[in-house]
Amino acid sequence: MATSYGPLSVWAVIVAGGLATFAIRLSFIHLFGRVDEVPGWLERALVYVPAAVLAALVVPDFTPAGATIGALVSPEIVGGAAAVAAAWQTEDVLWTVAAGMAGLHLARFLL
Amino acid sequence: MDSRFPPDLRAGVRDTLPLLLGIVPFALVAGVAGVEAGLTPLQTAGLSVVVFAGASQLAAIELLGQDAALGVVVLTVVVVNLRMLMYSASIAPYFRDLSARVRAGCAYLLTDQAYALALARYASDRDREGTTRRPYYYLGVALTLWVVWQVGTVVGVVFGAAVPDGWRLGFAVPLVFLALLVPAVSDAPSLAAALVAAAVAVAGAGLPFNAGLIVGAVGGVATGIAVDEAGLGAAGEGDDDGIGGDGVDGNDGVDSDDTDADGGGDHDGQSDRAGGR
Repeated sequence: MATSYGPLSVWAVIVAGGLATFAIRLSFIHLFGRVDEVPGWLERALVYVPAAVLAALVVPDFTPAGATIGALVSPEIVGGAAAVAAAWQTEDVLWTVAAGMAGLHLARFLL
Repeated sequence: MDSRFPPDLRAGVRDTLPLLLGIVPFALVAGVAGVEAGLTPLQTAGLSVVVFAGASQLAAIELLGQDAALGVVVLTVVVVNLRMLMYSASIAPYFRDLSARVRAGCAYLLTDQAYALALARYASDRDREGTTRRPYYYLGVALTLWVVWQVGTVVGVVFGAAVPDGWRLGFAVPLVFLALLVPAVSDAPSLAAALVAAAVAVAGAGLPFNAGLIVGAVGGVATGIAVDEAGLGAAGEGDDDGIGGDGVDGNDGVDSDDTDADGGGDHDGQSDRAGGR
């Protein structure tokens, strides 16, 4: 999954993403007095951004390649399931990643 | 710590230490993942310095590794970080009296955790007649996180380059996303948002320009709002005292923020909508 983009493209993404992120952070801190509040409609939308974006990012990574048993219980899916269980229980990144990696390698060993 | 530093700065550093347990592995993953995705060590470290926002960095790394369109990568970074608009608006009154330069520095350092801790501190000043000197407490938190984030990224880069491929360390990226996603799904509207976004993203997985991701995210947000409007979520009325609940729950470093910037009080701080950092 190594990128085939050259250095210029990668740096362009880093700089553009960084400038945009800085603009977001600075927005109201800079404008305070002129604009004091996030508009209500935007605030309501922002509440659902993490759930929607993270789900759209991560779920395709865990989609089975087919409907066979072998595809459904791939090491990745076992690891992902272990991670979800750990995240549910602990809400902790360290435990979630540890459980997911353990599940992945255990399943690779056993399957 | 050296007592030459202002007490509020030291208090900020001290309050940040328990969060590091969640930040360090996240930073390591950011470093490992960059190398695994074919970025150079310098690019990976540059991402941490220039963008300094973990979830969006991992999203960028993942998408670059898939050779997604560059515009889509930047757009995804923006969308993942949009939540910080709310932090910016919420904390802005406390930075009002600072010079433009200091405010810009504070803005660069703004993260979920720095926002949550500083807002809780500044807001509680009113109750206990305290006078936290601004921006020292905030800087104590934010600079600690910045240093740990950069060091963690570099350690991750070195570690990631040294570890054999068989360890599959790149798999930690989707695992971190799961760690952020699960707490973000805290009620019916956010669950609906996640389900629709996931379904659309899976259905559109092969489309050019990662259309599945973009359309899925937009459709998910629209679904969340629609379900909320239909009253299924029983969302609490936000009071407008400008204090984001307790904001900090201390047992998980990454999603301890209260993204409901001016609402407060309608959820318990354990099930906060996560944004990752």
